[in-house]
Amino acid sequence: MTTHRITLTINGEYEQVDVSSNMTLLQMLRDRLALTGTKNGCNAGECGACTVLLDGEPVNSCMVLAVECAGAQITTVEGLAHDGILDPIQQTIIEHGAVQCGFCTPGILLSARGLLNRNPNPSDEEIREALVGNLCRCTGYLRIIDAVKDAALRQQALLS
Amino acid sequence: MTTRSTTEKVTQPVGVSVPRIDAKEKVIGSALFADDLQFGPGLLYARIKRSVYPHALIKRLDTSKARLLPGVKAVVTGEDTPGFIGLYLQDRHIFCRERARYVGDPIAGVAAVSEEIAEQALDLIEVEYEPLPGVFDPEYGASPDAPLLHPDLDKYEVVNFIFPEANSNISNHFRIRKGDVEASWTQCTAIIERKYRIPHVQHVPIEPHVAVARANEDGKITLWGSSQSPFAQRNLIAKALGKSQSDIQVVAPYVGGGFGSKAGVSMEALAVVIAMQVKGRSVKLRLTREEEFYTTFVRQGVVAHFKMGCDREGRLLAMENKFYWDGGAYTEYGVNMTRAAGYSSSGPYFVPNVKTDSYCVYTNHPVSGPMRGFGMPEMHAGLEQCIDELAIAIGMDPVQFRKLNCIKTGDTLVTGMTMHPTGLSECLVKAADAIAWGRKDPSSAPHKRRGKGIALMWKAPAMPPNAGSSAKVALNEDGTVTVSVGGQDIGQGSFTVAAQMAAAALGVPMEWVRVATPLNTDYSPYEWQTVASRLTWSMGNAVVTAARDARQQILEMVAKAWNEDLDDLDIIDGKVISYKSEESISLKNIVVYGMSLPDDQGWIGGPVLGRGNFMPTYVTGLDPETGQGPRAVVHYTTGAQAVEVEVDMDTGKVEVLRGVAAFDVGKAINPDMVKAQMEGGFVQGVSTALFEGLQLKEGFLQNSSFVDYRIATSTDAPLSLHSIIVEVPQDDGPWGARGIGEHAMVPTIPAIANAIYDAIGIRVGSPPFSSEKVFLAMQEAGLVE
Repeated sequence: MTTHRITLTINGEYEQVDVSSNMTLLQMLRDRLALTGTKNGCNAGECGACTVLLDGEPVNSCMVLAVECAGAQITTVEGLAHDGILDPIQQTIIEHGAVQCGFCTPGILLSARGLLNRNPNPSDEEIREALVGNLCRCTGYLRIIDAVKDAALRQQALLS
Repeated sequence: MTTRSTTEKVTQPVGVSVPRIDAKEKVIGSALFADDLQFGPGLLYARIKRSVYPHALIKRLDTSKARLLPGVKAVVTGEDTPGFIGLYLQDRHIFCRERARYVGDPIAGVAAVSEEIAEQALDLIEVEYEPLPGVFDPEYGASPDAPLLHPDLDKYEVVNFIFPEANSNISNHFRIRKGDVEASWTQCTAIIERKYRIPHVQHVPIEPHVAVARANEDGKITLWGSSQSPFAQRNLIAKALGKSQSDIQVVAPYVGGGFGSKAGVSMEALAVVIAMQVKGRSVKLRLTREEEFYTTFVRQGVVAHFKMGCDREGRLLAMENKFYWDGGAYTEYGVNMTRAAGYSSSGPYFVPNVKTDSYCVYTNHPVSGPMRGFGMPEMHAGLEQCIDELAIAIGMDPVQFRKLNCIKTGDTLVTGMTMHPTGLSECLVKAADAIAWGRKDPSSAPHKRRGKGIALMWKAPAMPPNAGSSAKVALNEDGTVTVSVGGQDIGQGSFTVAAQMAAAALGVPMEWVRVATPLNTDYSPYEWQTVASRLTWSMGNAVVTAARDARQQILEMVAKAWNEDLDDLDIIDGKVISYKSEESISLKNIVVYGMSLPDDQGWIGGPVLGRGNFMPTYVTGLDPETGQGPRAVVHYTTGAQAVEVEVDMDTGKVEVLRGVAAFDVGKAINPDMVKAQMEGGFVQGVSTALFEGLQLKEGFLQNSSFVDYRIATSTDAPLSLHSIIVEVPQDDGPWGARGIGEHAMVPTIPAIANAIYDAIGIRVGSPPFSSEKVFLAMQEAGLVE
């Protein structure tokens, strides 16, 4: 297997990683960089637990090859909070009681962050659509949807 | 055992919706799950060779080529695992020997330096099978014509409340004989008789099963895993391997969803026996999502026959039930689910005459295990549709019929036990009111029809009579409190509830309390298992006792140091105060270093460590012939759900618009988290009602991915969901609390089925109520072309 040396930015940090051609972004994050916040739920692009932002857009990191990420900006759940201050979506997920087991939570957070980046004022329907690829077996989704709505409001308040 | 009065003062933060104590680490990605633990470069990876036949004799098994593959460190087969394992009935080997009983039955295990090499090694293992006729239907399996899947059933070790029938596939037969059912039918004005076939479903935790094991030369074994039952795993694996419980240490970090699938032992022992071949190396077994679907526990399927009748006034007179539970190839919990369904087989109704036969039947399907509700969603699915039909048959409103017949405080239950105080009627009335029962709302489009449905439920913790809990409460120098428990937080919030109870019982602020994680059987106090919705009640009692023990130690110390009466002292907000002298002192320092006595007379106290345990002592056995006994269970949680649905006449698609859930939880320790359970359970119930079912064709699973096995997504959740907490206290629950986790999905299938009937006048019967099934039913009824 050919090994490639790639450079990319992960959570604002410049990284240089040697990856094999068939290594996925998920494997690189978890196994090479010990960024275990990103979860492996199905390894088939079906559950959304491994969602990260790739150049600002949510992707299933199990379906992206690491070599494709050369030069890219990656955001994982570990990169959402800064200097002890949570991202509004992290804060509202806590306040709305939208976490139970927490395994889908990192993926949900990144999908929601991606949505709020491109659409700061999403409707309920747009929120449900944005999260349709993130399976959650615990919460029943309603609190997550409320949390995203609330995060949008807070984000607008912060920006205005 | 501890029993406490329910009239005692409720102290904050009990009854307050504090945020979960684990929420922050879960949103920043620092909460560790089993797959996140790091084991360094020496880690080996395990894969499992599995049976490709549902039922076959293993004629030849040759692992020699696999052993020669570079990078392979161990190959294990049934030869290495002669002992039996099983929770209630020891009916399986860790790796199967001689006979494979389901597609996926583990035949050999490999540990290698990489997952790829382990996979390659599996291909080099040669297995020669002699396929045997299989059993794929539990009713057939229970018949004398069926091939025997466990010819040695009568030789298996079994607990004293499970009754396998020799020379059959029946691993348990539970009977209820109450009153005279036969004589009652003639007195009935209306009788309904129906049969339902409830399919197997998968728990689908988003975190797949992971187990990492290491066996050292000194005989000590450590197992790290995603586990609801670290102590039960330690116990069962020790017994199967002929070891002592304390030789095995189980470490259980956060669990990414359990729902029963991570209770007992499913795949964990495989990693352990493989690790025993490579002493000193850690061996990791991580199931693929495909393996999750058919090699871990599945929910039991059931073929359920109901016959029930009532008199002219609508009073239930008799019920006759036959349940054929599809227990799968081996039974870990299935035999006890069969029992639970039997002793709860009247549903939450007073019925004077009941005859029930509940059979657990071996089939060549995946191993059936416990799943949220432990047989109750499956049983209620049919039972609550029959109740609806019977109400309508006698000309009564289904809510009125249920009001008349539902279990009330003091009723004699189907086992002869007397019902404790219950708020079931209140749940029913409140759920009906909240859904605006009786009001027919217009549909959202001309091609859609709208309907409402309601269903009741009850469920008792199903467990051995003496399942115990324990807890420790230790104080730190800074006055903060470390609560140690052996019960797991699988998302239901048990750690937060434990912290709230400790804070309230001790008298410290909530922020001062942490729960020691991960669970570790070497350090954590014993807990039977995180199942049966029993932690808030059972573990909660242990935590409260431990916190009160610690509190007592602190107060006795301060009383001596201050030369005051114990009765004049209290701990409030982390300070000991005297109502008499109005002195106060922070817990900080004194709870570890003690206090100096007046006049330099020395010191008293020392590090404060409270201990507590709880075990119900009052559950009695039941007569094996009649199922009668004074106290079958510890208690029942009861509740109701109501739904409003719309059926698309063009496609058959059922949409759940609104839901209402009302449950009697005794006392909501954390009301918001109770509601979160009601919501999550409701949507899981919707998912099993509309989408889910393992499609098994002669034992082969056809839908082992999220594409083919669909679960509810964000677009399937109802537009609104209203949760109602009813609180009729439990006499031996902490502040009156009893469980809610599982109950939340028990009545959902029949509530939706009854709503579909209300919308289109068709009884859809067995779930899932897929668009296709509903459309075909409408077509058959001539409702659509």
